[in-house]
Amino acid sequence: MRKFLVALLLLSGQPVLAEPPPPPDVALADPGLEAKATALMHELRCLTCQNQSIAESNAGQAQAMRAEVRELVAAGKTPAEVRAFFVDRYGNWVSFVPPARTDTMLLWAAPVLLLLVGGVLVSSRIRR
Amino acid sequence: MNGRTRILLLLPFLLFVGLLVLMAGNLGKSPTAVIKSQMIGKPVGAFDLAGMDGAPGLSSANLAEGKPVLVNLFASWCLPCAVEAPQLEKLKAAGVVLHGIAVRDTPEDMRGFLNRHGNPFDRIGDDKGGRMLLNFGASGVPETYVVDGKGVIRYQHLGEIRPEDVAVIVRELEKAA
Repeated sequence: MRKFLVALLLLSGQPVLAEPPPPPDVALADPGLEAKATALMHELRCLTCQNQSIAESNAGQAQAMRAEVRELVAAGKTPAEVRAFFVDRYGNWVSFVPPARTDTMLLWAAPVLLLLVGGVLVSSRIRR
Repeated sequence: MNGRTRILLLLPFLLFVGLLVLMAGNLGKSPTAVIKSQMIGKPVGAFDLAGMDGAPGLSSANLAEGKPVLVNLFASWCLPCAVEAPQLEKLKAAGVVLHGIAVRDTPEDMRGFLNRHGNPFDRIGDDKGGRMLLNFGASGVPETYVVDGKGVIRYQHLGEIRPEDVAVIVRELEKAA
């Protein structure tokens, strides 16, 4: 009997502490602006569920960030300005789009460089 | 096979070993990076929040009243926030002006939390949508910020305040004065 009661208690266990679910997303009325906002959401990294974009995450924090993106887009901010808003607060880490700077030049040039290396290899093979 | 081609043939294997060493070195590390706020040295953006559980509300003007204050972002649903409650009481006893921002909380849950763990806050702002995290550059709760008398963020403490952190925070408040 006691075992049964303990089992029942365990099964009916409710979380004492649980983050309330975030409020539902409200899409912007203008489909063009909503598309712009959604595109930006795919470029911004979720802070609590790292390596997921805020578009894909159901975390409360990601929802707050989506609401902020929509508000900024509705206020007429450009994608660059919205990205800057988040980078100002969290650093480049928050953006999935690497910034074009001198220290990231190798990253941007890598595809071209690798293609060149491949081309050289192929042409030397053909000539032989 | 001459020596040079042998080394060339070994190259992929050596690269693979190098990769393994790199990966093994990262095994023990926490998978989540600590994202420091980039807001340190910048003024807090304007905000105005309603009060909670009888405490007066919090606005950005309250963070620029000439004296450095401590702002604690917390929530009733956050376990480490309960862990740091005794440390907040200690800071309060040391004469620190302490404001709370309740992130994504409900009045009932907040009342329960403050009854259980005490209420050291001078003001509590009700941040229903959780947007205040963005205002401070915070990536979660709990986080605690030293804001100087002009409303500029001076110091960020990530995670719960442990007993050994109290002295550090008091020192940062003195530095901000």
